[in-house]
Amino acid sequence: MALRGKVAVIDLTKGEITKNSIPEKLRRLYLGGRGLQAYLIYNHLKPGADPLGPDNVLVTSAGLLTGTMAPAAARSQWGGKSPVTGAIASSNMGGFFGSELKFAGFEHLVVKGASKKPVYLWVHDDEIEIRDASHLWGKDTFETQQIIREELGDEDIKIGCIGIAGENLVRLANFRTGPKDAAGRTGTGCIAGSKKLKAVAVRGNLGLRLAHPQKALEYAKEAIDKIMMTKVAKAMGVDGTSYIWNVTNTSGLLEWMNAQTNKFPFGDWHNMTIERFHEEYSVGIAACFNCTVHCRHQFRLKEGALVGAFGEGPEYNTQTAFGTFGLDNWGDMLLGWHLANLYGIDTTGWCNAVRGCMELYQRGIIDKKVTGGLDLSWSNAKELTPKLLQLTAKNEGFGAIVGQGPLGIIKELSKYSDKIDYYILHCKGLGKLGNVDRVQPSFSLGIATSTRGADHLRSRPALDHYHLPEDVLEKLYGGYVSSDFTSYDGKARMVRWHELTYAVVDSIGTCKFQTVFFSPNLPCYEEWCKYLLYNAGLEFTPEELFDIGERVYTLERMINQREAGHTRKDDYPPERSFKEGLPYGLGPVKGKHLVRKKYEKMLDEYYELHGWDKDGIPTSGTLKWLELDQEPSHII
Amino acid sequence: MQKTIVVDYAKCTGCRLCETVCSLFNEGEINPQLARIKIIRWEWDGVQIPTICQQCDDAPCLAVCPVGALHRNKALGCVSVNYGKCIGCKVCVSACPFGAMSYDFKNNRVIKCELCDGDPMCVKFCETKAVQYVDMSMVAVPKKRDLGLRILTEVSKSEAP
Repeated sequence: MALRGKVAVIDLTKGEITKNSIPEKLRRLYLGGRGLQAYLIYNHLKPGADPLGPDNVLVTSAGLLTGTMAPAAARSQWGGKSPVTGAIASSNMGGFFGSELKFAGFEHLVVKGASKKPVYLWVHDDEIEIRDASHLWGKDTFETQQIIREELGDEDIKIGCIGIAGENLVRLANFRTGPKDAAGRTGTGCIAGSKKLKAVAVRGNLGLRLAHPQKALEYAKEAIDKIMMTKVAKAMGVDGTSYIWNVTNTSGLLEWMNAQTNKFPFGDWHNMTIERFHEEYSVGIAACFNCTVHCRHQFRLKEGALVGAFGEGPEYNTQTAFGTFGLDNWGDMLLGWHLANLYGIDTTGWCNAVRGCMELYQRGIIDKKVTGGLDLSWSNAKELTPKLLQLTAKNEGFGAIVGQGPLGIIKELSKYSDKIDYYILHCKGLGKLGNVDRVQPSFSLGIATSTRGADHLRSRPALDHYHLPEDVLEKLYGGYVSSDFTSYDGKARMVRWHELTYAVVDSIGTCKFQTVFFSPNLPCYEEWCKYLLYNAGLEFTPEELFDIGERVYTLERMINQREAGHTRKDDYPPERSFKEGLPYGLGPVKGKHLVRKKYEKMLDEYYELHGWDKDGIPTSGTLKWLELDQEPSHII
Repeated sequence: MQKTIVVDYAKCTGCRLCETVCSLFNEGEINPQLARIKIIRWEWDGVQIPTICQQCDDAPCLAVCPVGALHRNKALGCVSVNYGKCIGCKVCVSACPFGAMSYDFKNNRVIKCELCDGDPMCVKFCETKAVQYVDMSMVAVPKKRDLGLRILTEVSKSEAP
């Protein structure tokens, strides 16, 4: 085993730190990153722990191959028990934090307990110090990183930190690194805040020894050349993820005004295109660690409260988040995005919460008495956004309701109507993004069964939109899958395949954007086997990796069952997707919504493929063959 | 004719793949601290600049070395270190105006770019061509072409209906 990253367990209550090496047995079962993190959460989290209490854990992980020659192996992963959903917290980010954690000699940090006063971790060359962070409390996510660099005297220190939202125990608070990246979803920043952990600073000179350095170099070149030949790599290098937006917008696949319509209802949508961003705000494009695709936009705000401020982003998801409730131009969207980044708030989650509340306001279910005087009209989005973001970050006024995410909002506002749950769009308590799901059964099933709640990054079957020949689909998925994106046929197979596949990708630590996620011509299992062999000296077959995906996904499912009691009832998209047809769009989408009977059948097929029973519980036979019947095994 | 590495700062995306492949090729491990090329970042302004040995014609490192451990590699034209002679005094590190002479803290010796035996890894892996290995006669040509392209873009913009 060439890579020797350790697992450190840091008890902030006692101030104790223990370090363990990772046994090869666990490597073969879980790889690293998200996989081994699920193992660490299941083993170290006290069952039934309060997400905001000292018994919760915050686990920071680098992928098994993060920092190596595997292309775009930059990812780090953050998790625990989610303050937003009560189920697994699990969020993945790019940037330079993960590789630096590896260079510092560690792969996973398990933070337990809680400190009495603000602290940060200084992780460097096999050492970990718990340092005072009193002077960092109250600082935004940009300032915090720079102050740490200056006080430790090294501009190359990489930092994951929370903003004031995390400090104030806002459930939608996230972890951030650099100017751009965020482990955005499921409230990891809130867990850190509850532990009084402001930041994790990493720096390393230890270096990574590879199993076969020459082969790793040669194969990386071959793989990169193949990746850069694809159209999607070229498009991403110019427009980033926003290259999709024009297509989804004009084809009626975006949900505006909290999914009430799928046709742009504000101003002129041309003001929101990536072309307009390039003309007016772009100042360059950058890359994460070891990535040749470079999809990180760089911008400067040129008007408003933060004129002149530099930031990175936006993403497609910025447009589908801030854009879909009335910010109809880049200046307003970027200001919202940048403020959320400074405060450390999940933009997808926050915008989902605001959209839902705006519809409640539109319908007269809540009014200014409830919102503390805030005007939640769609036409007031520009005025509202900075105000409500600030209130959210401070956990004050109506912001204290919005910042809790779907479950908290439903609890707080249900006294005004029994329909709140219908208008706050979520799965498993995590807010839904602004994409239409109801005409694409694979997308609906994916966000509904996602182990972290409504989110596309657990299984997004983008290929479903490409109308690929069915023999190509059959070869990829190992069985019949319809090439019609509105069909239910074979989509259970498709979703389960993507779930397992992305679990593997997140465990290895490469970026999803350089995988089959976007194109069948991008790296997949055969390539990953070579990455693992040449870099880590680990020999796997594609089938073995696929089985690891099933193990990781099923273990996450077990965490959700243990902590949140999730069963079949939690595997449905928002009710609206079954009831309301899309008002606009071309023939295949107009007037369409999900059909419950077909969805139920698809869900049955999905469970069967996973080896779970009709209620979505893994069978004893499944647990046995996945070796999950021995968990929690407490090996580390 | 000999070749040299040319840097175009504006093209660098800051991915640091050059640091990775440089250290792996030259040190046998991935360790950006031991890479001969380094990306300097001003993260809060979105600026990233590759720094690397310029293989100066009148090289200060070579001139100040008290034991003659640095010499001109005739085949490649770069300044090379003779580790048999190097005493690790680091005077060359002080003299280099670019910070391109580094110190290998693992093996206690100075290190610098020696062009990977004529096939520089940083160039090979740089997707945006922010670092290029070009014939000496061509040193300024890529920049001239870029300028031409910029002018062309401006002209076509002003002539657009």
